[in-house]
Amino acid sequence: MAYTASDLRKGLKIEIEGIPYEVTEFQFVKPGKGQAMYKCRIKNMLAGNTMERTFRAVDKIDQPNIESKTLAYSYQEGDTYIFMDNKTYEQVEIHQDVLGDQRFFLLEDLECEVLFHNGRAMTVTLPAFVVKEIVETEPGARGDTATNVLKPAKIDTGYEVGVPIFINQGDFIRIDTRTGKYVERVKQG
Amino acid sequence: MKIPADSDALGGFRRVLDLRARLNDAIRRFFRERDFLEVDTPVLLPANAPETNIDALSAGTGWLRTSPELHMKRLLAAGFERLFQLAPCFRDGEHGRWHHPEFVLLEWYRAHAGYLEILADTKALLSFLAQELLGRTDSSWQGRPLSFAQELWEKHAVSSAFIEHAGWDPARTFDPDRFDLDLVTRVEPALPTDRPVVLIDYPAPLAALARRKPADPARAERWELYLGGVEIANAYSELTDPAEQRARFEQANTLRQQRGAAPYPLDEAFLAALSGMPPAGGIALGVDRLLMILADTDSLDGVLPFRNG
Repeated sequence: MAYTASDLRKGLKIEIEGIPYEVTEFQFVKPGKGQAMYKCRIKNMLAGNTMERTFRAVDKIDQPNIESKTLAYSYQEGDTYIFMDNKTYEQVEIHQDVLGDQRFFLLEDLECEVLFHNGRAMTVTLPAFVVKEIVETEPGARGDTATNVLKPAKIDTGYEVGVPIFINQGDFIRIDTRTGKYVERVKQG
Repeated sequence: MKIPADSDALGGFRRVLDLRARLNDAIRRFFRERDFLEVDTPVLLPANAPETNIDALSAGTGWLRTSPELHMKRLLAAGFERLFQLAPCFRDGEHGRWHHPEFVLLEWYRAHAGYLEILADTKALLSFLAQELLGRTDSSWQGRPLSFAQELWEKHAVSSAFIEHAGWDPARTFDPDRFDLDLVTRVEPALPTDRPVVLIDYPAPLAALARRKPADPARAERWELYLGGVEIANAYSELTDPAEQRARFEQANTLRQQRGAAPYPLDEAFLAALSGMPPAGGIALGVDRLLMILADTDSLDGVLPFRNG
C-alpha cells in the first residue's frame, strides 16, 4: 500500500526505507511556475529524532505496517516487561528501552496502548494518570499545605518524584505519566 | 435557530481590512502618478495561458482566469503603453500558508521596456508602499528585520544561487523535478530575509511567457522577487514571437498531459495579437502576500477574512 503526497497531513504515519515516521508539521509549497510540493517535518517513530522532508505531488509514499493493541501489564523479568492481551491471553515481551521512563509508572493489569511496527513493539502509551504509593520520603511537616515547595520522594519502582512537603511515606499520589510529575494526593483505602 | 455569529471574528480583521484599503489606494496613486492606465479585463475566459503546473477552475463553458496577462497584452498590442490592474485570480488546488485558490494579482506592463525597467518600478513601488502604509522603509516581518529600502535590494542569478546552494547549474542541464525540489529545500531557505531579494535569469525551459536572452538563449529574461523568503512577484521581458509562444503553449500542454492533467485550448485571439505587440516588460505581484508581510501576519489566514477552506 502506498500514499500519494496529497494524502499527507499532520499525524499521518509513513515509512521511508523501512523506518516508520509520523508527520509532525506539514506545509503546502508551490513555486510560482513550479509543481506543488509538501514540506514536512517527520519524526522517526523508533529513534524519536525529527527531520525535514519535502515530497512532490507525484511521489508515492510507503504506508507502514502499524498495528495498535490494548495490552495489560503483567510482570517484569529483568529488563523485559511482560504484557498480556486480555482477549487472546497472548503474552508480549517489551524491552525497557522501548518503555523508557514509562516503565516506572506501570501497575499490574494497567491497560496500555501498544503500537507495533512489522510485529515489533514500537511505542507504549500509558493512561495519562496513574496512582502510585510513596515508599520513601522525609516525614512531612504537619499542617504545611503549601504545594509549591517540593521534596524528593520514591515510588515502589524506585522512581524519584518531587512531592509537596505534606506528603508522607505510605500516601498515594497521582502522577502524570506524560510528564512524570506529581499531580495530587489520593485517598486510598 | 442560531445564526452563526461571525461578527466577532470579522471584527478582528478591522486592522488588516483598513490596511488593504490603504494599500489598494496607494498602489493606484503610484501608478496614476506615473501615467499608467488602470484596466479591468475579463475574469471568465475561453482560454488561459497553458502552464504545466497551474490549473484553472472551470466555470460554465470556460475558465476563471489564472492571471489577466493575455488580455493585458492584447491591450499593449492595441497601442496602450502603460497598464495596470488589481486582478482577482483563481487557481485550482492551491491551499496553504501562502496559497489560496482565490487571490489578487497586481499586474503592470510597460511597452518599449524590459524586465529591468520593471525591476526599477518594483523597487520604487515597494519603498513607496512601505513609506505610505508603515511610515518607514525599515520594517520587520514575524520578528525578523525586513527593509524595503531601494539601495539594499540584492540580485542573485538563478544559476549562481543553484551552484552555490544546490551544487548544480540548471541552465546547463535542466531537470524540472530537481529544480523545484532544490529551489524550495536549498535555495529559497538560503536567501537573505532582511531585504528584498531577486532571483534573475531563469533556465529557458522555465521561461513561460518571457523572452530568452538575446545573447544567451539558455536563459530567459525572468525574475522573481522574495520578501522575507516568501515569493512575491514574477516579472518578464515579454515574449512577442507568436510562433515561439505557440510552441511553448503546446509544450506546456504536453507536460500537463504527462502529469495527468487536461491540456488547455489556446487563446487564438491573443496569439494573433501578439505579432503586433511592442517589446514590453510585465509583472505579476501577489497582493495578499504583500499585505501579509506589511500587516506582519504569518500566513494568508491573517489577511483573508473569508478564507475558503
